[in-house]
Amino acid sequence: MSLTDRALGDRQQLSYIASQAADARLNVELETEGMTLNIGPQHPATHGTLRIIARLDGEQVVWAEPACGYMHRGYEKLTEVRTYPQVTTLVNRIDWLGSFANEVPFILAAEKLMEVEAPARAQHIRTILFELSRIANVSLFLGDLGVQLGAITPVFLAFRDREYVLNLIESATGGRFHPNFDRIGGLKDDLPAGWIDETRAVMKKLRGFCDQIEDLLFGNEIFQSRTRGIGVIPREVALQYGLSGANLRASGVDWDLRRDTQLPMAWNKADWKVWTHPDGDSFARCWIRLQETRESTKIVDQLLGSIPAGPVMAKVPKIIKVPEGEAWVSTENPLGEMGYYIVSRGDLGPFRVKIRSASFNNISITPWLLRGVYVPDIVTILASLYFILGDIDR
Amino acid sequence: MSTTSDTQPRITSVEEVKAALGDRLVDSFHKDDLWLRVRTDAWKSSMRTLRDTLGFQYFCFLSAIDWMPSPYGRGEDDPTEPAPERDTTIRQGYAGGETRMQVFARVSNPVTHVSVVVKVDVPEDSLSIESIHDVFAGANWHERETHEMFGIAFDGHPDLRNMYLPIDFEGFPLRKDFPLLARMVKPWPGIVDVEPLPGDDAEVGGDE
Repeated sequence: MSLTDRALGDRQQLSYIASQAADARLNVELETEGMTLNIGPQHPATHGTLRIIARLDGEQVVWAEPACGYMHRGYEKLTEVRTYPQVTTLVNRIDWLGSFANEVPFILAAEKLMEVEAPARAQHIRTILFELSRIANVSLFLGDLGVQLGAITPVFLAFRDREYVLNLIESATGGRFHPNFDRIGGLKDDLPAGWIDETRAVMKKLRGFCDQIEDLLFGNEIFQSRTRGIGVIPREVALQYGLSGANLRASGVDWDLRRDTQLPMAWNKADWKVWTHPDGDSFARCWIRLQETRESTKIVDQLLGSIPAGPVMAKVPKIIKVPEGEAWVSTENPLGEMGYYIVSRGDLGPFRVKIRSASFNNISITPWLLRGVYVPDIVTILASLYFILGDIDR
Repeated sequence: MSTTSDTQPRITSVEEVKAALGDRLVDSFHKDDLWLRVRTDAWKSSMRTLRDTLGFQYFCFLSAIDWMPSPYGRGEDDPTEPAPERDTTIRQGYAGGETRMQVFARVSNPVTHVSVVVKVDVPEDSLSIESIHDVFAGANWHERETHEMFGIAFDGHPDLRNMYLPIDFEGFPLRKDFPLLARMVKPWPGIVDVEPLPGDDAEVGGDE
């Protein structure tokens, strides 16, 4: 048995034994009986229809498992009967809060197989829209976080300020939630007039929103005591389960695909920071997301000033046939690593597409993580892991 | 807790992986990524070597590919006509293969950010390979999903229950010979979905 295996097994056992020992006296006196608690399928903490089955001993979780599948739409099968341009419509609906970010890795993977590269202007605008969808997505998380802990105000702030970002996405792409704007070889359209100035103003507002949330929520004593030291995921465990995005960086892994992979995007043209946190608890995960939203507004601001001139579409054939081969592209989406493994047979549509979505891995850690925690903490841990149901079930 | 990972060497060549895996490696392919194919009986031990010796500690995903082209094509046949004959010769992709079903997984090194795709043949008679859930804990759910969608068994997996489909569901949806029923009943983009009005001899069908 290797070191990591033991670390995993030991921690699980220790946390359970320790919590059992703490409650031993109480349990002897009260003779509590085990019970099963169903959380969901409809529950405000779940962003969709996730059901968590938890077996409890008193107030403590002995065993917990999420029951997925209420939203499985079979996208992997459907892509096999679609053409490449048609697939973007499907993948838009995986993580529905950051739709544009879902299109990008698929388009990049197809472009990689075709050996086409989008013009510099398209790459720039793609990156800006990508970061805008991150802001729209994560600002909802920041607002929603308050609700899980009983604070109502942040959610109003979040919905108010997220609306500005959605308006921007809508005015550029025509769709608030499902832009379907990315094309193989570039973008459908150029930016509308006046969009750049408007975006600058909104980014300023969003930074104000981040400050407000930090004051209201992260400085709050109740928030801190309910998230600090709760749901700790050590580095090794996070890696083994394939956690990605903010959840991984909150466990101290300094890895951001925007910085660490070579992609034809414009992230390396801006100056920004990858935040990590050593603690790995619920607080760290939330804090990282707050910082990332700030960084995103900075990236957008910088890129707005340097959009190169030129076309937004490379020369691609009207009927798109992708040469034979296999390609993998993943990007740092709002929820974590989102990637597509495309197998092409030189046809109009893909032969096989494996969709690697972030939430599937992020939520697969819950049976391990929820063992031994108290019932009220289930909700904060789930909220801090941050998942979207469409992203789990695909 | 292990902290050795920070000093893991950077993989620079296929040779390094070959040296670590020895004769367990059957084939490899190097383009912008690195594809490996390992022996079926050495699947788990290869993954363990990749994790412990070469520092691929991050588990990205695990899934399978059915290499037989679909006998139903792209689901655009007219259901009223007899089904056309299609070539269903099995042809594997990068790093080769000998069986119709292949399981593949991707693992990364979180320090050097290098990743590999590892493939393994799944024997046709048993349709089962070793489970790697105790090497990468995250593989647990991915194996469950693969079992459900392709009917591949993972020996030693604690719990291969269905994740998405009802318990009594028959068939394995992601296999190529499983028809996409929605397409069978109603072809798309509609050959027959718009019925012509009497006296209307405009062309029937969608606008593409």
